Amino acid sequence: MASFRILGVWLRSAALVTGMACLATPAMQAVAGVDLPKLERGKGEQCVEDVDTIRRLHPALLKHQRDDTLRRGIRTTRHSLKKCVECHASEQTGSVAASKQDFCVACHSYAAVKLDCWDCHATKPARKPVRQAGALGGASHPTPLWHGASGVIK
Amino acid sequence: MSQQLCINQGECRTSLFLILLALGGVVVLGTLYAFFTLEHHGHVLTGMSNQIVWGLPHVFAVFLIVAASGALNVASIGSVFGKEVYKRRAPLSGMLALTLLAGGLAVLVLDLGRPDRLIVAMTHYNFKSIFAWNMIFYNGFFAIVGLYLITLMDRKLKSWSKPAGFAAFIWRLILTTATGSIFGFIVARSGYDAALYAPMFIIFSFAYGLAIFMLVQASMYSWNRLSLDAGIERRMKNLLAVFVGASLYFTVVLHLTNLYFAKQWDFERWILLEGGLYPALFWVGQIILGGILPLILLLAPRSGNHRGTGLNILAALLVILGGLAQMYVTIIGVQAFPMPIFPGHEVSSTFYDGVVADYAPGVYEWLLGLGGPAITFVLTVIGVRVFKFLPQDDFHAMETHPQRH
Amino acid sequence: MSRATDNPNSERRDFLKAGAMAAGLTVGPGVLLYGVAYSRAPEEPASPDKRWGMLIDTTKCGDGCNECVTACNTENGLSGKTGPQDSQWIRKVHIRDLQTGFELNLPMLCQHCENPPCVDVCPTGASMKRADGIVLVDRHTCIGCRYCMMACPYKARSFVHEPLTDQNPEVPRGMGCVESCTFCVQRVDRDETPACVEACNAAGHKAMYFGDLKDPESEISQALKIARSTEIRADLGLNTGVRYQGI
Repeated sequence: MASFRILGVWLRSAALVTGMACLATPAMQAVAGVDLPKLERGKGEQCVEDVDTIRRLHPALLKHQRDDTLRRGIRTTRHSLKKCVECHASEQTGSVAASKQDFCVACHSYAAVKLDCWDCHATKPARKPVRQAGALGGASHPTPLWHGASGVIK
Repeated sequence: MSQQLCINQGECRTSLFLILLALGGVVVLGTLYAFFTLEHHGHVLTGMSNQIVWGLPHVFAVFLIVAASGALNVASIGSVFGKEVYKRRAPLSGMLALTLLAGGLAVLVLDLGRPDRLIVAMTHYNFKSIFAWNMIFYNGFFAIVGLYLITLMDRKLKSWSKPAGFAAFIWRLILTTATGSIFGFIVARSGYDAALYAPMFIIFSFAYGLAIFMLVQASMYSWNRLSLDAGIERRMKNLLAVFVGASLYFTVVLHLTNLYFAKQWDFERWILLEGGLYPALFWVGQIILGGILPLILLLAPRSGNHRGTGLNILAALLVILGGLAQMYVTIIGVQAFPMPIFPGHEVSSTFYDGVVADYAPGVYEWLLGLGGPAITFVLTVIGVRVFKFLPQDDFHAMETHPQRH
Repeated sequence: MSRATDNPNSERRDFLKAGAMAAGLTVGPGVLLYGVAYSRAPEEPASPDKRWGMLIDTTKCGDGCNECVTACNTENGLSGKTGPQDSQWIRKVHIRDLQTGFELNLPMLCQHCENPPCVDVCPTGASMKRADGIVLVDRHTCIGCRYCMMACPYKARSFVHEPLTDQNPEVPRGMGCVESCTFCVQRVDRDETPACVEACNAAGHKAMYFGDLKDPESEISQALKIARSTEIRADLGLNTGVRYQGI
């Protein structure tokens, strides 16, 4: 009985301390000033959607595209992950997820959202360009242009 | 009576409880270690391969799942068939059914290639897959048996215990049918592809579940320094003998059928004679240790006042051992035998066609597999301490009217 | 190669017919038609009016030749290792009749069944058949339970046992999921033949034909019409998309 009571006291104290720590953390961050993720600019002129849309909806767009492509054989490229990678692969690492500064990882580690895309998908563009399905038109992606200097998106 | 409640409610012998909990907990920690290691490094660390795709963890998992539905049988005999002695054991039986199923399912889930996608398995159903149906049956089993337990343990809901018990009984029959059909529905492999798997697994479940129930019951009585009524003990050991005998019967029928089909001769010769470890496990493990020997122990005449409790417990242990051997032969043995892609031909390739697949379970498989029984053990220990699961037999009444049960 | 059946190219059909009649079985697919054919538009889904299939002439399959396997490994980014835990999407199998001693070689791959057991048993529906008959694993919903591997009568599937990097961008693959031959769906969708077929032709064996089984004019349909072919494990009634001659 005594051992239980002591255990209870311990548990309650631990819970209290943890709770206080949780409450305090955001406040401390606000004081210190949070480093927003520094994102390398993509190679294209602009994204396939406006920035607000793509920031909010890219998971849904990619998921929709993935089901369309895999299950139905629809090969449009506007929202294809492969095209994201082609445009956003880092200049240094050639990848979107090789280092902490690379496009996908930079933002996702900031947002603390785990990605499992890269368990299966290549993080780097194809070494040699492959002929795309359906040469006879369809939605196209803005032509990738080399922009060199990387900007910081705030 | 008051002493019993005290013991049962866990006010006494806290140290024993904590020791048991720690023992189980250590094994579960090992299981979690194996799980996280495999999730990070992949199944490359195990002995499983593209030939033996289900290994030792599945042996434990399927055994526990089958035993879970069998453990409920004691409650069913009480609630559905109205046997008073079994009715008093219904709460323990229901609780064991839940903890066994939890242990088995945990191993299955922890062995998945993508355990992080468990939510996918719960939200995407292919209703042609018996596996998908099993997920519904397993989850439903928790719900139905859980409700049944409440009706058993809440005095106000007592009147509901019969319909709830009946629902649980039907559900467990469906569940074990579906579990056996996981193998019965596989057309590709010589050892499966038989409707007999469904009823055979039900009979196996009766034996394994009752054996586990008897062991747990005996442990609880001994730790609480009580002794089980001789009449009840005799009934249960006779029932176990019937189930073990029926299991042997189904095994014989399965192999006799195969021996009659010429296309199955190669497989039968291998699994019964030439397959090395597998015939050994089959004959020594499943048939002799898990079948014939328990039958002898259970049915041997007891001399005078000797109850033969030791013999009964040994028989129950052997049935469990035989059950694990049976699952090993059923799951791994059948996979190890070359798939008959080109019957009547000698086949060779880089993908191990035409050769018996090697399998040696590694340490991670043992850790994963043993996690199942350990989780069941921990949950059971907690269960019997927190709730009143010790069968509340009216010892006095039994002594005066022994013929009543 | 592939044509939308609702938009027949009559000129090409005549050409094909003449070609098939003149050259019979020796006409190599893919190479001949490359550039003539057009694919469906990217936004157009795979059509149930097609069924992709393969015909393998075992009499032409080279003993000791491994070109199809190598090409598959390169195209799909497989390591080419052959340990018990390594993926193999296509393999060369040598068989010898125990009664007669007759021996032959053949490539074994996913048979792209019409009634695939792997699709039936998959609990989440990750194992799936596309409208045009190609059997695929949706790795987004595969939980790695391996029941499909238990159920496949051809041992066509592999489980990825370790983490992978540097995948082919067109062929995502990863640890913890089951995988198998896709008929090189990424190539088929842009109107090329699977890598194994291309390699077999390049090696001069021309033992593998790929095409639309539902198009009676397709080269594969014509070839199937004039010579006996069999399914492996036809007793299971799966109606495989891959058929063999010379077994």
